[in-house]
Amino acid sequence: MRQHPSYWAFVVHRVSGVALAVFLPFHFWALGNALQLDSFLAWTQQPLVKFGEWLIVVALAAHLGGGLRVLALEFLPWRNWQKSLAAAAAAFAVAVGLAFALAL
Amino acid sequence: MTFRGEARLWIAQRASAALLAVCVAVHLVTIIYAVRSGLSAAEILERTRGSPGWFAFYSVFVLAVTVHAPIGLRSVLSEWAGWRGRSRDLALLFFAAFLAWIGMRAVLAVFA
Amino acid sequence: MWRGGADGAFQAFDVPRQASQTVLDVVTHIQRALDPTLAYRFACRVGMCGSCAMMVNGVPRWTCRTHVDKVVQKNELTIGPLRNLPIIRDLVTDMREFFDKWARAKGEFRGRNTRQDDFAKVPPASPPRAQASAGIECIGCGVCYAACDVVAWNPDYLGPAALNRAWTLVLDERDRERTERLRAVAGDAGCHACHSHVSCTERCPKHLSPTASIAGLKREVAKAVVHGDL
Repeated sequence: MRQHPSYWAFVVHRVSGVALAVFLPFHFWALGNALQLDSFLAWTQQPLVKFGEWLIVVALAAHLGGGLRVLALEFLPWRNWQKSLAAAAAAFAVAVGLAFALAL
Repeated sequence: MTFRGEARLWIAQRASAALLAVCVAVHLVTIIYAVRSGLSAAEILERTRGSPGWFAFYSVFVLAVTVHAPIGLRSVLSEWAGWRGRSRDLALLFFAAFLAWIGMRAVLAVFA
Repeated sequence: MWRGGADGAFQAFDVPRQASQTVLDVVTHIQRALDPTLAYRFACRVGMCGSCAMMVNGVPRWTCRTHVDKVVQKNELTIGPLRNLPIIRDLVTDMREFFDKWARAKGEFRGRNTRQDDFAKVPPASPPRAQASAGIECIGCGVCYAACDVVAWNPDYLGPAALNRAWTLVLDERDRERTERLRAVAGDAGCHACHSHVSCTERCPKHLSPTASIAGLKREVAKAVVHGDL
């Protein structure tokens, strides 16, 4: 019953949303300490932190993709191609993740 | 909450989502650019501090997040944690206020 | 096959495999030849009434329209009562809450005209009528309700069928209760609880799209709120 793309798109959208809601306070707090930014940026060079950053970026892209899918479903006329939106959202997230990974 | 209030939450969520779609796209591009260029803290702050455009942009970004994140969590809390009612909504209001404070603190530190 | 009430259990049966066999054939065989105490619902057996809806391998389906060949896994089938509804016994559920929610969503036509008035003239191809017509074939079988996870997570949620029906009536220019209906379907128990899993649309045996209908309700409620009509 849950083996269809739209359901997975929902799960990814919700889990990434919760992850971002948990992450963002830390992100804001760290940036608020901008005066110590160099020492903080040094800390971010650690591989585990880089991996965490990459996960956050993928979560952001996934959440954006999923969100665009919801906006399309709720506001655009109903068409069969909207089933492909879940795939488009996933593709977008992967693309952004790759771009970020390559930049790291 | 009344059904009118819940309808307004839906509108606020979709409106903030549309706004965030733009903000996030811009943010992702600038962050990937900064990482690829290997910018140091001083170099980043040099570009961001005293920039009224970026200050305004990120203020709007933070405020959109303070609307969007708590409303999003609202459904998760009721459906997956069984937390409903006024106490949940109050807790989320506090979370929104907290996000606004800590977010604007960051915006001021980086862009003011 | 599920036996008993909510605290029941699955019981195994061996059923002879036939060519062109449906899941309803399997259930019928068990009740007639193996265990006459099995309780289940059916009526037309030809895919028109929706009475035979059950969970087959965890998926809600019309058992009379589900061929065993399509769903059997390692020569086994798991058959249970529709999800999200109280179990009366074995494969039979209590559908009262399904229809109560239909009523709560104001899923009932209330016309403006009397028999003294002329017929309402509604062009079938007009966009509102075309959209309404796309949703009116619902026969209340409960498959979408069983498929919906929000129904499982939120006991007050009116559900896809009730909201789909409300949408067809919101679009009906002859109906006089539009505002009351929008009030009835708004909020956490109504259209705003839908997260577009699209399970209802995936499973609907009549190929309706409650997802699209509920999206329509969200838009109409938003418009009404913004204009102060609600």
